[in-house]
Amino acid sequence: MIFYIARRLLLAIPVLFGISLVAFALVRLVPGDTATVMLGMQYTEARGEQIRAEMGLDQPVPVQYAIWLSRALSGDLGQSGFTGQPVTRALRERLPVTLQLASSAVLFALVMALPLGMMAAVNRGRWPDHLAMTVGVAGLSVPNFWLGILLILLFARTLGWAPSGGFIHLFEDPVGNLRTMILPAFALGLAVAAVLIRTMRASMLDVLGQEYLRMARAKGCGPLRLYGVHAFRNALVPVLTVLGIQVGYLLGGSVVIESVFGLPGIGLLALEAIRNRDYVLLQGVIVFVGTAFLLINLTVDLLYAWVNPQIRYG
Amino acid sequence: MVDSFRHAGQPLCPHPSAVAGLVVLSLLGLLALFAPVIAPYDPFALSGNAMLAPPGPDHWLGADQLGRDLLSRLLYGARISFHVAVLSVGFALGIGTLAGGIAGYVGGWIDQVVSRCVDVLFSIPDILLALAIMAALGPTLNHLVLAIGIVYTPIFARIARGAVLDLRHADYIEAARSIGSSPAAILYRHVLPGILGPLVVQTTLSFAFAILTEAALSFLGLGVEPDQPSWGILLNQGKDLMERAWWIAVFPGLAITLTVFCFNLVGDGLRDALDPRVRAEKRA
Repeated sequence: MIFYIARRLLLAIPVLFGISLVAFALVRLVPGDTATVMLGMQYTEARGEQIRAEMGLDQPVPVQYAIWLSRALSGDLGQSGFTGQPVTRALRERLPVTLQLASSAVLFALVMALPLGMMAAVNRGRWPDHLAMTVGVAGLSVPNFWLGILLILLFARTLGWAPSGGFIHLFEDPVGNLRTMILPAFALGLAVAAVLIRTMRASMLDVLGQEYLRMARAKGCGPLRLYGVHAFRNALVPVLTVLGIQVGYLLGGSVVIESVFGLPGIGLLALEAIRNRDYVLLQGVIVFVGTAFLLINLTVDLLYAWVNPQIRYG
Repeated sequence: MVDSFRHAGQPLCPHPSAVAGLVVLSLLGLLALFAPVIAPYDPFALSGNAMLAPPGPDHWLGADQLGRDLLSRLLYGARISFHVAVLSVGFALGIGTLAGGIAGYVGGWIDQVVSRCVDVLFSIPDILLALAIMAALGPTLNHLVLAIGIVYTPIFARIARGAVLDLRHADYIEAARSIGSSPAAILYRHVLPGILGPLVVQTTLSFAFAILTEAALSFLGLGVEPDQPSWGILLNQGKDLMERAWWIAVFPGLAITLTVFCFNLVGDGLRDALDPRVRAEKRA
């Protein structure tokens, strides 16, 4: 296991390096140099030269990358060209909102997917199965931003059950926080739920065909214990692995959902960076999100290898 | 190769939902193709009399805040969606299959480089990567095709590499190698037909993702040019008018959902049809 962990960690290093390279290269693709973009209408030759010198933009590109990377490794992702705020501070301030949105979406997805997937597998070929699979395909097909708009229209503007946007901190007003999060979590979590329903169904079908369940049934084990305990526990492992893969969707989807609901998270930060042409900030968001996604997937892989020895010795 | 395609098409018949999806998609494709003939109005024509007109005999799906006919704009929007989906997925399929196929077949440092590049692109969420590319290049149709193409290339590379790794030591590949076939000929004549099944399934599902991504980027203002009637842009324009004119945001959303739903049905049907385990289960 230690060898497996060491190998996976070593493989993560070039990927981290690649993420930094992509983020750096994307900003260099922007027409015009960063100083011109940052200063906009206030651009003067002298001010431009000063910014270039401060940011090391007067150096050759490989040197610029080396300077930027060494600063990034020490936790300095630069300063926002628009607000002047350190990028790491902006990320730290916005992270809790995105984390809460993503975890609420996961919670919603699990609550919806596990019973539906299980019900579909147990009733294979019958109407509960067809219903669950239809929800599974439909959930993947509805654009989350459209669903968000419809939810706002129905539950916020028409029924008045939830606010149409904004964010209230959990510690300031827990009930208010829940009300601001419920619609975005549903809009973001539906597609994840759809994927998990299909995974749970397939996984349960695999488990239901195994000998030990037939034995349990033959020994008179009741359906609740048979499906709810014996089958459910074993069917859960692939579901959790797929959930790990869905983190990328949640982080990406949060860009759109935070925009629809006006939630001040990292997704909205990325959009603000793009709209304000704040490329230092955008670079920081890409590096942060990419690294977070990589580490989450690495953790899921290691956990999976821990519970499934075939992976680490394969 | 022809056999593989025949094999891929034939077993869709026992999947009525996939066939229904294919029929609806063909219809949508025809509507998009003949939009200039079918559309009742010019999608860009402003009309002071029709501002926010609800669905009715003059404007079947209503009109927007500038009096533009929504049905006409949706038909032209379908052209944009299909154009972006076909070109971007074609790009991803071509580049991804080539890179993954070569990496899996040749192995060594080439495999390492391709695999790490794929890992890097997989580590940045789709929408964020596409947004960043669009922010760097600027919102145009061609840039959108490129951005979505880049985002979906790694999945094809990974599928092709995995499938080639499985096939590399198959007897018939070894036989072709032993009679002196070149690597390029082996890849094209013997390996490609063998990996076609998973690629066909992924291509179909990627059309759905590409349409969703295009709509999301256009909705956020970083897709096609803002004057184009993309479904995402129509949704964006309609979202603030939902209480007064629900149709402006509802119909484009329905169009996206229906198209993506049909691609997903076809993709699922193909996956079941081409999966030997599912085929064996059905025979049993």
